[in-house]
Amino acid sequence: MTNTDNGFSATRRLILQGAGAVALVGLGNLPFGLAPAFAAANDKYPEEAFKQKSEADAIKSLYGKTAEVSDKVKMDAPEIAENGAVVPVSVTTTLADVTSISFLVAENPVALVASYKIPAGTMPSVANRIKMAKTSNVIVVVEAGGKLYSATKEVKVTVGGCGG
Amino acid sequence: MASTIRVRATSSGETTEVQALIQHPMDSGFIKDSKGELIPPHFIQQLTFEYNGKPVFTADWGGGVSKDPYVKFAFKGGKKGDELKVSWVDNKGATDTTTAKIQ
Repeated sequence: MTNTDNGFSATRRLILQGAGAVALVGLGNLPFGLAPAFAAANDKYPEEAFKQKSEADAIKSLYGKTAEVSDKVKMDAPEIAENGAVVPVSVTTTLADVTSISFLVAENPVALVASYKIPAGTMPSVANRIKMAKTSNVIVVVEAGGKLYSATKEVKVTVGGCGG
Repeated sequence: MASTIRVRATSSGETTEVQALIQHPMDSGFIKDSKGELIPPHFIQQLTFEYNGKPVFTADWGGGVSKDPYVKFAFKGGKKGDELKVSWVDNKGATDTTTAKIQ
């Protein structure tokens, strides 16, 4: 009798485990629409995104989607940077519901430079100083209302900031 | 040790503008020293600004942010005399925190 009982509960456990696995797979398949809420609750440093070499891979790793070019994203960066070690770049946007702003340099060894979280009540406008290895496109990505918008500008660098 | 963080937060009544300057080498790990050896990566990974116990701005940084980083942003609200808490952590686990009075 005891044997049968054990057999039964073992089967039951297996079934439960199976159900758990199915539930997990289900979570992984959530549509992208739900992803931003998930990301907002997660304050972890995006380690993987900062390892990607290309800007496209970095954006994908960071947001899980691609950006469309928008003239509502206004980037201010110099035409020519004499010193690639310190390039002042700022961005501002008229888009509503901005949740994050990221800066990328296409030709840098690591494309992603900085990513800022913008909680409700904080202005969608950031200024910072970045390093550029050489002449490159600078890309700004703005996440607004769960969608990605970008602006790109080429900055010519006369002295690189990443050595080598 | 004096704080590595210098913050200036100025209220205009409706919004508070924040400027921060931090002393940090921000070594990317791609630059060689005078002997031709790579300087290991050493950079701030996360910088947070809190007002009233809530984050108003979080920066995730890589080695591509300039040495002695500077950042500027603004948030709605913030009263003169209130405190803004600023803290960072780098890739080696070092941290620093300071509080600044909104002016």
